[in-house]
Amino acid sequence: MDVMAVMDGDLARALRKPMEERAWGMVIDVRRCIGCHACTVACKAENKTPPNVSYNVVIEEELGTYPNVSRRFLPRPCMQCAKPPCVSVCPVNATYRRPDSVVVIDYEQCIGCRYCLNACPYGARYFDSGDFYTEGTPRGAPHEEAVTHEVAAQPGDTWRRVVGRESSPVGNARKCHYCLHRVENGALPACVVTCLGRARFFGDLADPESLVARLVAKDGIARLKEELGTEPHTYYLL
Amino acid sequence: MRRRLWIALALGLLFGLGGLAGLIDRFGNGHINANYGSGVPWALWVVFYIYFIGLSAGAFLISSLVYVFGVRRFERVGRLAVFTALICLITALSFIWLDLGHMFRAYRTILNPNFRSPMAWMIWLYSGYFLILLGEGWFLMRRDFAAMRAQGGVRGRLLGVLAFGTRPDTGQGQARDLRVVRVLGTIGVPLAVAFHGGVGALFAVLASRPYWNTGLFPVMFLISALASGGALLTAITQLLFNRDGSFDDEVRSLGRLVLLLLFVDVIMEIAEILISLYPSSPAHRAPFEEQMFGPYWWTFWILGLGMALVGPSIGLFVARRSPRWIGLLSLVAVIGFVGVRWNIVLPGYANELIPGLNMAYAETKLSLAYSPANMEWLVVSGAIGAALVFFVAGAWLFPLLGREQGKKVEDTLSTAGLADLAVKEVE
Repeated sequence: MDVMAVMDGDLARALRKPMEERAWGMVIDVRRCIGCHACTVACKAENKTPPNVSYNVVIEEELGTYPNVSRRFLPRPCMQCAKPPCVSVCPVNATYRRPDSVVVIDYEQCIGCRYCLNACPYGARYFDSGDFYTEGTPRGAPHEEAVTHEVAAQPGDTWRRVVGRESSPVGNARKCHYCLHRVENGALPACVVTCLGRARFFGDLADPESLVARLVAKDGIARLKEELGTEPHTYYLL
Repeated sequence: MRRRLWIALALGLLFGLGGLAGLIDRFGNGHINANYGSGVPWALWVVFYIYFIGLSAGAFLISSLVYVFGVRRFERVGRLAVFTALICLITALSFIWLDLGHMFRAYRTILNPNFRSPMAWMIWLYSGYFLILLGEGWFLMRRDFAAMRAQGGVRGRLLGVLAFGTRPDTGQGQARDLRVVRVLGTIGVPLAVAFHGGVGALFAVLASRPYWNTGLFPVMFLISALASGGALLTAITQLLFNRDGSFDDEVRSLGRLVLLLLFVDVIMEIAEILISLYPSSPAHRAPFEEQMFGPYWWTFWILGLGMALVGPSIGLFVARRSPRWIGLLSLVAVIGFVGVRWNIVLPGYANELIPGLNMAYAETKLSLAYSPANMEWLVVSGAIGAALVFFVAGAWLFPLLGREQGKKVEDTLSTAGLADLAVKEVE
């Protein structure tokens, strides 16, 4: 069966459980990543992230000397740590780990102090400084002011960034939330769906039958900066 | 008002009005025109925040030498120290307030604090410290306020209001007030140690950034706060108030204290630098290479090492008898400490968290190459200008050096009070 269909099945099964029994996780097979950055673009389109905010990036590295060279790609969404350093430093309890193990930000509570940006060892948090891509262009681009559906505090929340108005999420810390607004409606995260190399896998780590749980049990599984003890829910297959 | 205070006022207005454009930009356009952001989240304003909070803690702790530990030598600059600490605290908090993404949510640190966060602790400690400073200042001067009400004029009327019904008193009442000050100061000392050590901890708890993640940070913050705050107090005493040599002794003593503190600070710096430069850990080494040889090398060599630490240490030793030189060198050190603070914050970003991360998506504010935007500098100018104006206004309004009668500075109040207190304790 196609992995997409497998993951869709996993997702449907997980959503039938109570929220606190789910543990969302992601596995990225770096051997399959072709460095096309489609995940980054899909994320940008899905979450309508402004300039200087990119929930997902693909880090590129060149190895070797000509003619024996190769390139390596490391996609980096949020690690959704089980012990997130960003959460404990927040002075106003604006960011927290949900029972389904996704770390989210309450945009209406966040004061924009950026302490969490400094605390994240993976650089997965961004500051929305109010910039627009089409700033200063004659027409502007309506899509930049369109409604987004990020689950920041409550399911069903919607957000609109409007030029010249400093209201959330402008002025907030922002981060990847595993596309919870999609996931809770039975759709896989945008970066997973779009991945050309089928390098990304998403599902419920608490379900031993799920694809991600089976992948996590394989050889060659690793997490970034394991030594910091953050226990990420985003895994890499090397 | 003294001529030098007029000069300070003129400077304050110049900086303040010059910076107005930055403040208008900040309030009108938010953070759009700033260069900090996702790549370098904390930058120039955080530098000035820790700079001023250090000056405040330092000045306050020196005032506590008088009111808590009974060091009579600095008695006549005690009020000045408390007032300087207050102005510096307000300036520091203005910087961090302007730095917030949502300024008008700042109150949530009080209403909904997360006490696992050092930042929440900071805000609570600052609030307590602010009240202590107000209380100390008032109890130190309220009898003078009441007495000076009789002088009339704008000043007399304002002070009359601020006296809140206090009666001018002699002996007994003043001694009682000083006992209150002593209690407040005694609470204030651990508070100041906690909040300034805490600012160091605020950085030091971040395991994500090896440069900050060192147990020496809170201690270094304290020592360097004392040194910078002491230098500020020395510079102010000499340059603004010591016109006729009546404060020569205080300036000399303060100069010696600053020299000692600078010496300890230099030792700390050396320890930190030597350990970090040891080649085994690139993550620790890179931030030091960045500050020594990066684009802002001069903040390390000229401002930090030259103007704040080594220069004044040597100067204060050689010219330890000359109040004029002590004042000037202290001012140089105070300016130089901006470089020390810069190099506390910005080298923290010398390492990419993951190699290649900041190049993975090319946008200006994702880059680690930071230089302050014009707007950021203008806001700094505006805030420093406002601080100067408020300082001069306070120096004009409040009897910071004791009650003035004609040209003679009368400080019988504080001496009488303290002496009274001392006698009581002996009994």
